[in-house]
Amino acid sequence: MAEEIIIPEADNQEISINMGPQHPSTHGVLRLVLSLKGEMVQKVEPHCGYIHRGIEKMTESMTYQQIIHLTDRLDYLSAHMNNAAVCLAVEKALDIEVPERVKVIRTIMDELARIASHQLWWCSFGMDLGGLTCFFYGLRDREKILDIFEETTGSRLIQSFYCPGGLMADLNPNFQKKVKDFIVYFRKILPEYDELLSGNIIMMERAKGIGKMSKEDAISYGMTGPSGRGSGFSCDVRKHHPYHAYDKVKFNEVLRTEGDTYSRYMVRIDEMRESMNIIEQLIDNIPAGDFAVKMKPIIKLPEGEYYQRVEAARGEFGVYIISKGEKNPYRMKFRSPNFCNLSALDTLTRGHKIADLVAIGGSLDYVIPDIDR
Amino acid sequence: MTNQELKDSILKIEPTAVLNEGKQYLNLTVASDKWHDLAQQLKGNKELAFDYLFNLTGVDYGDTLGVVYHLESTTFHHVIVVKVSADKQNPQIPTICDIWRTAEFHEREAFDFLGIQFTNHPDLRRIFLDEEWKGYPLRKDYDPSVNTI
Repeated sequence: MAEEIIIPEADNQEISINMGPQHPSTHGVLRLVLSLKGEMVQKVEPHCGYIHRGIEKMTESMTYQQIIHLTDRLDYLSAHMNNAAVCLAVEKALDIEVPERVKVIRTIMDELARIASHQLWWCSFGMDLGGLTCFFYGLRDREKILDIFEETTGSRLIQSFYCPGGLMADLNPNFQKKVKDFIVYFRKILPEYDELLSGNIIMMERAKGIGKMSKEDAISYGMTGPSGRGSGFSCDVRKHHPYHAYDKVKFNEVLRTEGDTYSRYMVRIDEMRESMNIIEQLIDNIPAGDFAVKMKPIIKLPEGEYYQRVEAARGEFGVYIISKGEKNPYRMKFRSPNFCNLSALDTLTRGHKIADLVAIGGSLDYVIPDIDR
Repeated sequence: MTNQELKDSILKIEPTAVLNEGKQYLNLTVASDKWHDLAQQLKGNKELAFDYLFNLTGVDYGDTLGVVYHLESTTFHHVIVVKVSADKQNPQIPTICDIWRTAEFHEREAFDFLGIQFTNHPDLRRIFLDEEWKGYPLRKDYDPSVNTI
């Protein structure tokens, strides 16, 4: 006769455990306090602030040229876009029209950064689910974009390439050829990503129907970027409030309506294709001209309030500046996409297993320095 | 909706609100005791439909504290900036995280850095700084020497 299985009473009780701050799947220093019943997640409570640097306070004693370098250190994988937000806000405040060349180069750089960011997300997402090969594929291809960045901007991760009025430097002579080579290469490689992970039965079992978010909830939580668009929330700033040269190029806003982990995954994969389309439309038509307009060494914004929204790799990044006419802002606020996406984590994970929490967290693709600021 | 139409329909809901056009967006200033009811209308009214709160900022204006809300409608794509101010000694502003859920974390951040008390907030604690932290760092009169790390 089989022995009767007795579940001790303690197993039925809710227990509370820490995940992080040092945990590979939180992709940084984030602590999640989980309330668990067995393996099922009842509640997730994020504890942030382990790498809080007080950047908003620091900006109040810095000039706008200096602030650019701080914005790189928010979401370091969207460094170009974060720079752009501050530059565009300053240019708007001073009524400066940057040359067409600058707009086009900024667009190309933003899209390259987006591809590089999504590649890194793809490889770490694969690794979160146990597919180690993805990690090597993703990093191998991202390296090529970083090489392009290094040649033109001088650095690979946090470039600080934009400055109010234009760019820090002109393009490297090899830039166009290298970007075109990369697009040819990556168009050939991207189907391999699909073969390796997108159509993988283990990955689909773990992602489909997991972590569902309705469109209404996504809007209410301010979930933007690929995470919001996976729920059908049309939130692409490039489409709705165009900046740079986005009004001159044709591209589709990738939208999916399922709202689960798999749809957030597929939005990012398709966005890499759209980014390549945008780059292809511009790379042969970079207008000649100056790479920056001459600015005064000390920038003083006229008294008032300025807001600039850009589409970073993880969602809508915003800069809100209150100026009193001084050379440093009176108050500067960064609207960080990851912070808002993180607030939805509790709703997304309730009732799922701990292993699903890892998959859902991977599909949100949070970068901790952007949450903590 | 154009800014003029927005002005008219908001004044119909809340006659005491003050609206003026800024360089970029339409600005709306409202008293803190009227704010929660107006916020419900801003989201619930079918013609306004401000369903997306894309930024919430706490500001120290010197004499008063304030909160700035950036709202957008995802159907009509019109934007409004709402400003609510509070007394510096006892800064109380009603929470709106029951209307826009993203506000829950944002309000905790504003509480953490500026000490603004959001009334009826379900879980108003510091979000980034330690529970034992003294003072509110983004206030202009903050003295950093009281906290030694």
